[in-house]
Formats: sequence, structure tokens, C-alpha cells
Amino acid sequence: MQRVQAAVPAAATPFTQTTPYKAVQRALFYVLMVVLALVFAGPLLWMFSTSLKTDPQVYTVPPIWIPNPIRLINYPEALSSRPFGTYAYNTMRYALGAVAGALISNTLVAYGFARIRWPGRDVFFIICLATMMIPFQVRMIPLYLTFKNLGWLNTYMPLIVPTFLAVNAYYTFLLRQFFLTIPSELSDAARVDGCTELGILVRIILPLAKPALAVIGLLQFMFAWDNYIGPLIYLNAESLYPIALGLQQFRTMFQEKLMWPYMMAASTATVAPVIILYFFVQRTFVEGISITGLKG
Amino acid sequence: MFSLRLTRSQTRDLLKGLAFISPWLVGFAGFVLYPIAASAYYSLTRYDVLRPARFIGLENYVELFVKDEIFHTVLGNTVYLVLIGVPAGLVVAFLLASLLNREMKLRPFFRTIFFLPVLVPAVASAEVWRWVYNTSYGVINSVIKSWGMAVIPFISSVELAKPSLILIHVWAQGAAIVIFLAALQDVPRSLMDAAEVDGANALQRFWHVTIPICTPAILFVMLTGMIGMFQYFTLGWLLTGGGPNESTEFFSLYLYRNAFQFFKMGYASAQAWILFVLILLFTLLIFRSSARWVYYAGESD
Repeated sequence: MQRVQAAVPAAATPFTQTTPYKAVQRALFYVLMVVLALVFAGPLLWMFSTSLKTDPQVYTVPPIWIPNPIRLINYPEALSSRPFGTYAYNTMRYALGAVAGALISNTLVAYGFARIRWPGRDVFFIICLATMMIPFQVRMIPLYLTFKNLGWLNTYMPLIVPTFLAVNAYYTFLLRQFFLTIPSELSDAARVDGCTELGILVRIILPLAKPALAVIGLLQFMFAWDNYIGPLIYLNAESLYPIALGLQQFRTMFQEKLMWPYMMAASTATVAPVIILYFFVQRTFVEGISITGLKG
Repeated sequence: MFSLRLTRSQTRDLLKGLAFISPWLVGFAGFVLYPIAASAYYSLTRYDVLRPARFIGLENYVELFVKDEIFHTVLGNTVYLVLIGVPAGLVVAFLLASLLNREMKLRPFFRTIFFLPVLVPAVASAEVWRWVYNTSYGVINSVIKSWGMAVIPFISSVELAKPSLILIHVWAQGAAIVIFLAALQDVPRSLMDAAEVDGANALQRFWHVTIPICTPAILFVMLTGMIGMFQYFTLGWLLTGGGPNESTEFFSLYLYRNAFQFFKMGYASAQAWILFVLILLFTLLIFRSSARWVYYAGESD
């Protein structure tokens, strides 16, 4: 892309090229990137900056970006005004349960769709894919009534049990696409040696599928951390609230007095774990997305 | 079920296959098929949970389409959100991905910055943007005020509420960016070089080579984006609560209100089915049109 002037032969080596026109163009490109980066990071920087401000600093026009003094105590003050620890613990319970469910069920189902040839497989797979088009709202009311009758309201069962049944076809699809890329000779050799299908899955496929599993684990974790409507419908005891519902408790508490630093401290505490997790698995994640067949 | 007779080894494979997909079979029957059927039935009833559902035929649908003026507003709002929001998100994601695809220093840094917003949970996003959009001291308006100009009312104005929500959507395009980046890396170097030799400039190469090669990814992002947008809930519910004046009352908000605040389960189920049909219709439309604009490298022409 950087070889815009095909007429200049030396343009083939982009970085050693130093005609003034090219240099200006590159400089402009970097200016654009930096401006865009600031715009996209802006809201999060604004959140973090506000979370460290004293009250008068919040109401300053034009706005202050770097608070002085930095009021770190906003965090303990904000987070202790509501049981944030409980919310976080609840979220982890829900999220880890859901991740375990999604990984186990989708591994089995994707294996059945990708690595075994059986009559009727493609029909079932198309039905499975078609479920992606069904909006949650269509299932929401009967699901709510079913879980109510089962006595599962105010438990995590409605949020976790479906993940063990591979209800999210998107994960099944991603994993199946990945399984398809593994050469069938590997399984055939193991089959000749008398290995069972489950043995092949555990010993051969799974070790190769780690990046794809990481992608699905991360997506499901983020979904659970983010999910608002599910907990909203199924949980109404505050002791069971995940962070998604808990943050609203902070809001009802702080909005009267417009305590923006507290609200932004609670928001930062909600965002931070996901971002930290992302930094740990970033490489696997990006690699995984690009090898799960989403290249198109 | 299968009319053709299976050999013994085929039967064994069938059983093996079914065994592996059995979690999905159970989940599909219990958490997909049954709820859909039940919802279809409820949509034909009056049902407030306390008393048993009473069959009323198509009355709910008639009321929605003929009498319920809020529902008409809701339909308009939702279609607005889908028709403007999805393309806006797609275009921004594609442009950002194209910028990121160039050779540059600090590429992982820029990629992370553009990706970050999608990691922000919707509940936190709602609070952050509530503060960003604040008319008195939000970051945008306090700058505008310091310049002595009139503040932008963003989510508190009927005209700007929907565009303000779409702006948040456009901000959080990380997932689409990752998909587009992967697609862009697949654009064959040789094809770009050939176009260049033929005298195509950068813009022409982008339009006639890069975009066509990426159309399968664009189709994917468009479809999933459209399906997701029709179900838009959390940000609307928390940030604007459907207001001001129902200008951000979207399908899922109104449906949730009817089901869990007014306990009109039958009425809400009818809405859910209308939503379902709308999504199917849009999916069909996009697929139909895709034959004309999606390019598959494997196809001969």
C-alpha cells in the first residue's frame, strides 16, 4: 500500500525511501493514527481520569485530563459502598461455570460435526447453524417460565446449564471449522491403532486445538461478564448479583449526588479484569480468530 | 428416520455421531425447539402468568399492527438502528482494519487501542458514555462550553439520541476489525501488484481488489451485525431507557417491558415472533443480494 507512486522505482523499499513527498505522507499517516487512537481511547481515558479526581476537578471547564491531586481513595470508598466483592465473586462463579460448559459441550459437538462421517450429519449441522438466526427474545419468555417451574430462578442454573448443552451455535461453528483443518490422517492412524473416538479427541485433537479453545473460552467469559439481560431476568436477590447488575446498584446510589468519580471508579473496576485478561491471552486470541476459518 | 438402509458400519458411525452431538440435541430440544414452539403458542394467547394462558387467536398481532402506536414507533426506531447503525459500524471497522493493515511502527499498540472498546462490558459502557455525553461537564460539552458554543444535548434530545447510541456502537467495532484484518491479510500480493502494473492507483486498488476479496468477511459481519442489532437492548435500556419521548424505545426494550413489567407474556411473545420474522426477512434479503456482490475466490467465472 505504501508504494503509491509506481513511477518511482526506488519505492520498492518503503522504509529506506526518503523523497520529501513520501516522508510527508508517512508523517500525515501517523498523525491520523494518533488522532484516531486518542478518539477511540478517549472515553476510557476519561473514565479512568475521572475516577481519580476530587469533586471540584470534575466540575472544571475546560476539562482536566490529569488529575492533581490524584485521589486513589475513590476506589476503596466507592467499591465498599456496595458489596462489590460479592458481585465480583458471583460473576466469576457464573463466568467460569459458563466457560467450562461451553468448552466441554462444544468440543464434543464440534467433533461430532467435523471428525466423524455419519449419515444425516450435514442436515443436523445446518439446523444447528440456523439457530444462530433465532433472537433470544423468541426463547426468552418460555425459558423464563420453564426455569420458574423448575425452581431455578435466583440460581445460576439458567445461566450455566444451557452452556453445557452447546446452545450457542457460534462456538460450535468456530470449533468445527478449526477441527476441519486438522489432517484426517492423524485420526485415521489412531483409529487403526484401536483408539476410540473419545481417545482421538482427547489425545490428538485437543492438544492441537488450544488456540481455538482459548478463543471460545475468552468469548464465553466476556459474554458472561457482559451479560445483562440474563441475570436481569433470572436473578432478583442482590446477594446473587453479578457485576453487570451490581454496577446499576452503584448508579442508583451515586446518581442523586452526582458522584462521578465514584461511578467511574466502579466502572473502571468492572472494565479492568476483562482488559487484563485480554492482555494475557491477546496473542492466542488474535491467532485463534484468524485460524478458525473466519478469514472468509 | 432415514429411508435408505444403512450398513452395519454406517449405523455404528451414525450412533457415534449422535453420541458426540448429544449435548446439542438435548439443548436444541429443550432450550431452542420447545421455547420456540411455546412462544408461538403464547403469542396467540392472553397470559399474565398468574392465570393460565387463554387462547385469543391473532388478537395480539392485530393489536400490535393496528392499534399500538408505541409499537409503530418501536418498529421505526429499530429499523433506523439497523439500517444506519450496521453499515456505519461496518464501514468504520473496515477503514480502521485497512489502516491497521499498512506497514507501520507500533502496529500492535494501535490494534489494541481500536480493539479495546469491544471489551468494555455494556453496563460499564453505558456509565462511561453517560458521563462523556453529560451536557454540563462531559468531556465533549465542557470543551464546547469553554469555546463559548452551545452544548450538544446528545442522549437527552429526541433528534440526537439514536445517533448518539449509534456512535457508541461504531466505537466498539473490535470484533469486526479483527475479522477484517484477517481477511485483509489474505488479499494476494500478486493481485495487488498486477493491478498496480495495470496502472490502478491506491484508491482503485482498494475499491476493485481489496474490497471484492474481502466481501465474504463483509457478508459475515453484516449478517451477524444485523441479527445483533435487531436485539439491541442493554445500552438502550440503561443509557436512555427508551427515552426521550420513546425515541430510543427499540424492539427488545418494548418487548422486555411488556413481558416483565406489564406481565403481558402473550403480547410480548407476539412481538418476539415479529422480531424473528423481521430477522429472517433481512437475512434472506442480504443472502439474496449477496450473489451479486460477494466474491468467492474458489469460484470460476
